[in-house]
Order: sequence, then structure tokens, then C-alpha cells
Amino acid sequence: MEKTINLTLKVWRQNGPKEKGRFETFKVSNISTDSSFLEMMDILNEQLISENKEPVAFDHDCREGICGMCSLYINGRPHGPDDDVTTCQLHMRKFKDGETVTIEPWRAAAFPIIKDLIVDRSAFDKIIAAGGYVSVNTGGVPDANAIPIPKPDADDAMDAASCIGCGACVAACKNSSAMLFVSAKVSHLALLPQGRVEAARRAKAMVAKMDELGFGGCTNTGACEVECPKNISIANIARLNREYLVARLGE
Amino acid sequence: MSVINSRIPEGPLAQKWTNYKDHQKLVNPSNKRKLDVIIVGTGLAGASAAASLGEMGFNVKSFTIQDSPRRAHSIAAQGGINAAKNYPNDGDSVFRLFYDTIKGGDYRAREANVYRLAEVSNSIIDQCVAQGVPFAREYGGLLDNRSFGGAQVSRTFYAKGQTGQQLLLGAYQALMRQVNAGTVKLYTRTELVDIVIVNGKARGIIARDLVTGELKRHFGHAVVLATGGYGNTFFLSTNAMGSNGSAAIKAFHKGAMFANPCYAQIHPTCIPVHGEFQSKLTLMSESLRNDGRIWVPAKKEDAEAIRAGKLKPTQIAEENRDYYLERRYPAFGNLVPRDVASRAAKERCDAGFGVGATGLAVYLDFKSSIDRLGKNVIESRYGNLFQMYEKIVDENPYETPMMIYPAIHYTMGGIWVDYELQTNIPGLFAAGEANFSDHGANRLGASALMQGLADGYFVLPYTIQNYLADDIRTPRMTTNEPEFIETEKAVKTRFEKLMSIKGKRSVDSIHKELGLAMWDFVGMGRNKEGLQHAIQRIAEIKKEFWSNVRIPGDMKGMNIELEKASRLADFIEIGDLMARDALNREESCGGHFREEYQTEEGEALRQDDKFAYVSCWEFKGQDSEPALHKEELVYESVKMVQRNYK
Ligand SMILES: Cc1cc2nc3c(=O)[nH]c(=O)nc-3n(C[C@H](O)[C@H](O)[C@H](O)COP(=O)(O)OP(=O)(O)OC[C@H]3O[C@@H](n4cnc5c(N)ncnc54)[C@H](O)[C@@H]3O)c2cc1C
Ligand code: SF4
Ligand code: FES
Repeated sequence: MEKTINLTLKVWRQNGPKEKGRFETFKVSNISTDSSFLEMMDILNEQLISENKEPVAFDHDCREGICGMCSLYINGRPHGPDDDVTTCQLHMRKFKDGETVTIEPWRAAAFPIIKDLIVDRSAFDKIIAAGGYVSVNTGGVPDANAIPIPKPDADDAMDAASCIGCGACVAACKNSSAMLFVSAKVSHLALLPQGRVEAARRAKAMVAKMDELGFGGCTNTGACEVECPKNISIANIARLNREYLVARLGE
Repeated sequence: MSVINSRIPEGPLAQKWTNYKDHQKLVNPSNKRKLDVIIVGTGLAGASAAASLGEMGFNVKSFTIQDSPRRAHSIAAQGGINAAKNYPNDGDSVFRLFYDTIKGGDYRAREANVYRLAEVSNSIIDQCVAQGVPFAREYGGLLDNRSFGGAQVSRTFYAKGQTGQQLLLGAYQALMRQVNAGTVKLYTRTELVDIVIVNGKARGIIARDLVTGELKRHFGHAVVLATGGYGNTFFLSTNAMGSNGSAAIKAFHKGAMFANPCYAQIHPTCIPVHGEFQSKLTLMSESLRNDGRIWVPAKKEDAEAIRAGKLKPTQIAEENRDYYLERRYPAFGNLVPRDVASRAAKERCDAGFGVGATGLAVYLDFKSSIDRLGKNVIESRYGNLFQMYEKIVDENPYETPMMIYPAIHYTMGGIWVDYELQTNIPGLFAAGEANFSDHGANRLGASALMQGLADGYFVLPYTIQNYLADDIRTPRMTTNEPEFIETEKAVKTRFEKLMSIKGKRSVDSIHKELGLAMWDFVGMGRNKEGLQHAIQRIAEIKKEFWSNVRIPGDMKGMNIELEKASRLADFIEIGDLMARDALNREESCGGHFREEYQTEEGEALRQDDKFAYVSCWEFKGQDSEPALHKEELVYESVKMVQRNYK
């Protein structure tokens, strides 16, 4: 049933990485509880444009929970008050009439703010570039069915590969560690025979890059797993640690 | 006047591609390093091309408007990717995949390109598996296949409901490997805003840094546009919010032909529109039609009671349900091609049998599959889609049927290319959804991923080389050549003009108006009068935009409204092209349904004697009508017949 609510929004505004940021307060009214959180933000922005003010900048693209672009820290939780969803999948039925909603960007040293709620997550790309792949060129590869892969391994690899690179794990972690993200990629590839070959080298290269880029260390608080919209398990971190150990022992 | 030359190689259909590769020109390794290739877009087509050309040793520059190549719209593809592997041993072959694609495209695609697509399809699967793409497997450890609309064999490979994601991550990772190796330089949050032509050849682009607002000039010996489709002309579509047709329009303005703009695909299974605030439409993968049955109430009074909220779908007895696809198309049933399924849904809803609060929805019901296979099986196949549905609609599809309705999804039309994927501007190539090449008037499910990766991994790396082989003596140009300076100046003037309008209306409010006009008159059912009206409406919207749009902020730094405004200006031009093309094409074929041309049973009626051609539109200036050129379609290996899915 369609219902509407009124909200007070406390939104982080910041002009650039080096500028000083601040909260601004806005009111939005008659928000349908069937609308998504980002549609509510669209309504806010239409309102700001009609007042000749600059709309709030936020990242988004697919609006269906798969591209990993949306990234809001809502009422103290990455991706807001619902489980297993991204910000773009969050719906206004999760909020109460009259509520004050605080909206911030991801906060982590390795993710500098670009503008308002938009942060720079290119550090994740750099970690992948350091080793998050199988080293094969186009062409000259074996037939796809040449190597049978046990279904449970393929399924586990698929689960780990579901990471959307959103960065919520980093935002949720008090140390701003990227271990869940890194471990998901390391596990995905290590679980498959095609990726197994380089598993140890990959783990070492990716961890080294992660450290270099200013992400913190992992102290096993498990906050990342709780906030991950794709249910990436911290069991992957254990697997990463094993691979990493193997790599170090091999030195 | 430019002449259309599709440059199809000689020889029998099945030998053309081999012949081409055997005789094409190559570039030796030391020369490759001296050649720059600009690739715009990092979706499946762009990322796979950039990675492959980088591996070969070319110096590649890769551009994307997102913050990372991994976020391109391709990431959202759900259902799967086709290939002619025939692993299930159900009679599939390269020829059959080719034939199904030509037939599915309603005999409006170029035979030679489609055959090549089917031919390289198997290599794509091999490549992806080698990269670590976790395709679904059977208990024996081999790859699993499912069937998709428009085919009677199971040839679709999939990775849960996240096939596009996994394929894109494979291509992205290959791309990042090349970034690490230094063969590819990556420009994220950077938008192509114009193409630079020097002596008739594409030699570079002007790009806007979306963070700083600065314009930058980039030189390339060749330029590839892999910028995706233009479905967002309709405002509401299943495409990502950033998907746009601007690169295609820039190419069009520089003289590249825009082919078959009116061929847009309406996907039958999307979550229905809710309200005014709606920003996009969510697709429920076509693969659901494997196990879901589509129906509406057979009695009008039941439909009315459902719309009024007085009756639930689960309360309607089996004999009072109309499984209209199974009824009308017994051979293909729920698996008829998309255009057929979409029109059938519209027909039922228009006739008053629609459900949901708006009456613009039909049911997709999993009850019989759950009874037959168990909830676990259904969950393992579609779990993430069901979860997605529940989060949006707040209903549990395991218990009550899903509601679906057609929405704009894919554009078969696009930048005209020849067999080598080269536009009529030498050195300018187009790949993936951005080109028009392989799907004719309708694309079959799971064939866009195949085409994007075919273009990027297995076609462009050859054909670009053939072009560049003649360019090895062309030194890198400085971007201080007059052509670069002038193009940049024109871009700057355009942005200044947009900023100076200072009107009253937001970009989105005008975009919604355009979308409505498109959906009403250039949507699922089109007719002469409506299209003429649309052309007029679009002209009014264009005027409104250029005199009354409001863009807060300035040109410096990040300005999202400015980005959107610039793209909307181009969507308006595409809308006009779509309407003109639809008006010209006096027949129904694939996704293009002209109400005047249908059989007595309401099926699409082609006019092969008059319209067996590709419409190629040439830009003649902002205030003139575009000119039409025709590429005649010659079928040597298949016979054109009326599609029949009964
Ligand atoms: C919800 C959904 C599900 C789908 N499911 C399937 C499926 O199951 N099977 C199937 O075969 N197909 C499917 N499709 C279709 C398929 O996903 C797309 O057609 C295909 O991924 C397009 O790939 P592409 O590489 O051509 O373009 P895109 O993935 O759209 O990439 C375009 C790229 O161009 C960049 N870009 C655009 N404009 C500019 C510019 N001006 N400057 C710089 N960069 C620019 C973007 O940043 C992006 O990187 C689906 C589509 C949707 C919407
Ligand atoms: S592990 Fe989860 S939270 Fe972290 S980037 Fe991946 S999907 Fe996002
Ligand atoms: S916008 Fe793509 S995941 Fe949210």
C-alpha cells in the first residue's frame, strides 16, 4: 500500500578533497514509501534545483545492486538500515515518518572525498591491477570443458566473485581495512584450477598493494561481513591468510 | 555523398572470416608500440578490446565515465551468454546459432557478420573460462547450459543471475593486467565529448574530465567507440542511469552514418512502473521464462477485482487463468522471442485483462515449477532475482506470482559499421551495443554479451590491425594541430551555451517529457500519425531544452547536472532520428511494430520487397533533415520467411 512520509535530512557537503566539509539540513515531504532511497535523493535534488541551489552529488549507476557505484553511509551504516542490499536497493519503507536521516560518504583515508557524497575508490582498481587476474592472453586457451571443476568449488568461487567492489567493507571497518574485498578476489581465483597456478603470488601482490595504499590492518572484528551487501563471508579472509602464508614461506 | 560499402569478404559464407584473416595485413611487434588506439567505453566490448590490443603490444588509451571500468553497464546483464558449443548434444551448431540469430532479427541483419559472430562464439566461452569466470556447472564438473527465448536448444552459459557481472569482471581483470603492464592507460570519470577528424580520418578525441571539468585532447591512430546503447532516450529503461547515446551522436555529427535508429527492444519481463518518482526500470531476467508461466485472468471481472485489491492472484482457479503465450504459441510457449512476448502482454492489458494497481502488468508464476522441482532448485537458479524483486516490490515471489510488464531494454540500431566494424569515417570503429551490426530488428536473449565480447576479443584485434598496417609511418601527432584546437573550441562553446541558458526547468523534468513522448508514440506500437506527431513534439522539447533548461553551478569542477544536460541534448536528437526512421520504415519487423502492417492474427508483417535494407542516416546540419542511404541486405544462405513461433 502506498504511504508517504516526511523526513529531515542531514547531508554531508564538501566541495573537494581538501575543502572543509559540513552537514546541511534539508526537509523532504510526501515521499512515497515505495520509492527507493536514491529516488528520494532525486526528489531532494529536484527541490534544490528549483531553488537554484546546487544538487547533492552522489555516485550511482545501475540502481539495481550490481555495479557497486552507490555508496552512502546512512544513519551510521554503510548502505543503510536494511540487510543484504546496496543503497540503491534500499527502499523508503525502512524509514519512519518524521525521522531525521543522516547521510555521509564512505570515510577512509584510502577513499578521499571528491565532492559531497562521492569518494575516490580507484585504490580498489590498483589492487586488482597488482594481481587480481589470471595471466592469460586472448586466444590460444584450452576448450572450456577441458578441465572439469567440482560443482562445490565452482559455486564457492561464484560466491566469492559476487563482490561488487562497493567499498562498504572498508567504510564499516574501524581500521579501514580492505581485507574482505581482497580476500574475495583471492578466493574466487584460488578456488578454480585456472587461477590456482598463481594463487600465492597473487595473494602477496594484492596484500602488498593494499598496505601501500593506506588501508588499515584486519583485527577480525567482522564488521565488514555484517555490512557487505553481497554476503561475502569472512571465511575468505582465512583463505587469503593461508595463501599469503604459503607465499611468504615460499620466499 | 558517402556511399555505403559493407566490404564483405569474398567466398562462401562459412569461409569468409577465415579468408579475411588469412589475407589481412598485420603490424609487426616493433611497430605496434608506435601506434596509439583510443578505446572509449569499458563495457564488455571496450574492456575486451582494450585488453586484447594491449596484450598484442599496441599503445591503448581506455576511457570510461564511471569511476572504474568494472562498473560499466554490462555488469548488470543477468541471464547468460550464447555459444554454439553443443555441449548438451541437442543438435546445436554454428549454422543453427547463425540461423536463429538471423531469424530472431527478423531478416534485417547482415548475413556475413552474423555468421562470424556464431563462428567465434565458442572461443568466447573458452576465453572466459581460462580467465576464471565461474560459470554454472553440473555435478560432473562440466559446464551447464540453459535455454533462452527464440531457441529450441540449450546454448546459454550463465553464472547464477550475474552473467554480465562475471564476464565483465573477467574482461576488467584482463584490462587491469594490461594497465599494470603499461600497455593500457586508463582514464576514468572521463567523457568523450567530441571526435577529432584530420584529413578525413579519425585521429583523436576531446574528453572532459568529470572531476575537474577540464577539456583534454587525446591523439589516436584509430578510435573505437564501445559506448553502449541509447535506450535511455526513453528516460525510463532497464539501462544504467549513465548509459547514453552521446558518442554515437558525436560520430553522427562528424559524418558517420546512424543505422536503423528505430530498432529498439522492449523487454517483456520488467518490474512494472510504480509512480512519478520512478528513476529506472528493473529487469527480471528472461531466463525466468524457463520456469515461470505467464498469465492474466481469463475473466475481465477477475482482473478488475485484482486491480481493486479485492482478489489475490493465488485465489484464481487454474481454469480461470489465461496462459496466453502457451495458448497462442504452443511450440515456443513462454519462450517466444522478446518482441512477441512484449506485444502479447500489451495486447492483454489493452484489452482490459491487466493486473496490478495500474492494470499495466501480467503475472509470471513459478508455482508449477516449485511444485515440480522444489523451492531449492528454483532458489538456486534465480535466488538473487527473487531477492531483488522482493526488495523492490515488497512481495515474496515464491508465494505469490511476480508482476511484470515490458520496458525499453536494448537498442539494436546504432553507429553503422562495415564488416571490419569500421564506420564510414576511416579509423573510426564501433563495437558492442554502440554499433548496429548483428541483431537486425530484434536481438535474441544472451546474444548481446556474445556480440560485445566477439567484437572486442576476436574481431577488432584483427580488423584494426588491418587498418593500422597502412599507418605505421604516421608519427604520433601533437594535439596542437589546428583540428584539435578547433574541435576543443567548439566543445567549449557548446558547454558555455548550455550554462548560459539559465532557464527554469531541471534536466530530468525535460528528459521525462521526452521519455513519455517516445513511449507513447515511438514505443511498442507505432503508426504514421503518431510518429509525425512525435517528430513535432520532439522539436518542441528540443526548443524547450535549449531555451529553458537550468543547470546550477559552473563549468569548473564536478557538475552532474551539466553532464546530464549535455547527454539529454543528444538524446533529443536520437529521439528525432528514431521517430524519422520508424516513420520511413513502412513495415513491421522485430522490435519495430507499425500498427498498419500486421497480419490478421496481429503478428508483425514485413515488406521484404521494399524494406530489406539497413537505413543509414546522414547528418545534414542541426536545422535540416537527415538524409537516408540504404544498404541492401542480400541473403545468400537463408531464405526470408515470416517468423513463426507457433
Ligand atoms: C538489465 C540488463 C540485463 C541484460 N542481460 C543480458 C543477458 O543476460 N545477456 C545478454 O546477452 N545481454 C544482456 N543485456 C544486454 C547487454 O548487457 C548489453 O547490451 C551489453 O552489456 C552492452 O555492452 P557494451 O560493452 O556494448 O556497452 P556498455 O556495457 O553499456 O558500456 C559502455 C561503456 O561506455 C562508456 N561510455 C559511454 N559513453 C561514454 C562517453 N561519452 N565517454 C566515455 N565513455 C563512455 C561507459 O562508461 C561504459 O564503460 C542486458 C542488459 C540489461 C540492461
Ligand atoms: S566485499 Fe562486500 S562490502 Fe566489500 S567491496 Fe565487496 S561487495 Fe562491497
Ligand atoms: S547503483 Fe549500482 S549498486 Fe547501487
